[in-house]
Amino acid sequence: MAGTGAGGNDVQWCFSQVKGAIDDDVAEADIISTVEFNHSGELLATGDKGGRVVIFQQETENKCQPLSRSEYNVYSTFQSHEPEFDYLKSLEIEEKINKIRWLPQKNAAQFLLSTNDKTIKLWKISERDKRPEGYNLKEEDGRYRDSTTITTLRVPVFRPMDLMVEASPRRIFANAHTYHINSISVNSDNETYLSADDLRINLWHLEITDRSFNIVDIKPANMEDLTEVITAAEFHPHQCNTFVYSSSKGTIRLCDMRASALCDRHSKLFEEPEDPSNRSFFSEIISSISDVKFSHSGRYMMTRDYLSVKIWDLNMENRPVETYQVHEYLRSKLCSLYENDCIFDKFECCWNGNDSVVMTGSYNNFFRMLDRSQRRDVTLEASRESSKPRQVLKPRRVCAGGKRKKDEISVDSLDFNKKILHTAWHPQENIIAVATTNNLYIFQEKVN
Amino acid sequence: MSEDVEGVQTGEEVAEEPKEPETKMISMEKAEEAKLKAKYPNLGSKPGGSDFLRKRLQKGKYFDSGDYNMAKATKNKQLPVASVEKTEITGDHIPTPQDLPQRKPSLVASKLAV
Repeated sequence: MAGTGAGGNDVQWCFSQVKGAIDDDVAEADIISTVEFNHSGELLATGDKGGRVVIFQQETENKCQPLSRSEYNVYSTFQSHEPEFDYLKSLEIEEKINKIRWLPQKNAAQFLLSTNDKTIKLWKISERDKRPEGYNLKEEDGRYRDSTTITTLRVPVFRPMDLMVEASPRRIFANAHTYHINSISVNSDNETYLSADDLRINLWHLEITDRSFNIVDIKPANMEDLTEVITAAEFHPHQCNTFVYSSSKGTIRLCDMRASALCDRHSKLFEEPEDPSNRSFFSEIISSISDVKFSHSGRYMMTRDYLSVKIWDLNMENRPVETYQVHEYLRSKLCSLYENDCIFDKFECCWNGNDSVVMTGSYNNFFRMLDRSQRRDVTLEASRESSKPRQVLKPRRVCAGGKRKKDEISVDSLDFNKKILHTAWHPQENIIAVATTNNLYIFQEKVN
Repeated sequence: MSEDVEGVQTGEEVAEEPKEPETKMISMEKAEEAKLKAKYPNLGSKPGGSDFLRKRLQKGKYFDSGDYNMAKATKNKQLPVASVEKTEITGDHIPTPQDLPQRKPSLVASKLAV
């Protein structure tokens, strides 16, 4: 039996739950755009293209048994963002939730940041399970009592009521981004956070909505000279002065906010050298980094580009320490992937709780588990066909060419409309959330 | 190895049989590039450069708010319909906000929350 926290191939993954509609006719609003566990893993939030947030809560049946089967059920749902139109620029502002990030819990309420292309909102999710009853001057329905009938003093008391979960927007951080926000990241100081768009990164204080500090600006003086955009940014998990941002050219810059107010000059530049003679038309496009994530330890960071996942040691800038191919068989299909725009798909990646396994999505509703410690990898599928309770997921294999073995699927049969862009791993347990286009799958480690 | 050879031969046209996986990778990419150039000979010399980036930064651009609203209406298949609920003669009275047809609520609950 695998040890606690170990992932990858000792672990057998089984289906636990699936959320969302079964029908094939997917409304655009239902497309899931972000998935995120909170810091304890008890809550799982999803955002969709329709601007809605749904939060699930883990209910453990038996808290004494650590590996007992626990289910995630709907806890709260609310409309976070609405579509807007910028009249000045004639630009549509989509309500799609690009990212959700949870704040560490400080009191009974939960807080999360959700963002669309232009506006970040801080939401407070709180529980109400008591209400005052027996007002002196009012009836229960709110009508005022006839004052002549009041002869004694009645003091209200709190009585239990059915649990109500309320979500309210506590802060709205608006008007700080000219371009589309792609990332938000809460600082370990629990007071500030950053938001990044294509060309700029801003630093905010969670309490202050009317100003933010610009800390990175890569906009060229002449837009004709634009060659590179920011694709993702994240704060270091422990060092509150350090953050990284990735670019469309495949580089990652690490910045130290102590060095200067404007961090245009990086402290470290992570880039894998490439032989210029090997460059093709596609080289730059497929090297664009779609996601960057620090390890929980803070020693490593992981980047996802179109075909691979790379692990970088923060102490070594000139090349990654590990490179994993996600779907190398797509290299011979780049022409058609360019034509159908799939080459621009932005896949995310995530670490497991002890940084031993990383996960990322692919096409055909496949997702990949890459075990760093055992140097092994597996491809699994999120499908309705493998959705019987506790059904163990069978490894999938893609045949790149030549003779197709039984149980393999050929590259040309892959469904490129079924993309898994967003995945999340519970911070402590072997529970993963995998988002297909409009469904959320929850898989758990097989428990004997 | 025989498997390598099979993989190369069933793929697109490749100039020579590559000896190492690295060269196989690169020649695959170059072959794909050749295919693309054959289809789109006018593709710009700076492929991932300004054009693509500028298009990305301009995402969501409309001519004006009317253009945006028409696009939204057609997307939701909600073409503006002449109100049939009122039997009043057009021009009979000045409409008040209550008389105008209600905007159909487009904010529906997520199917994940069922």
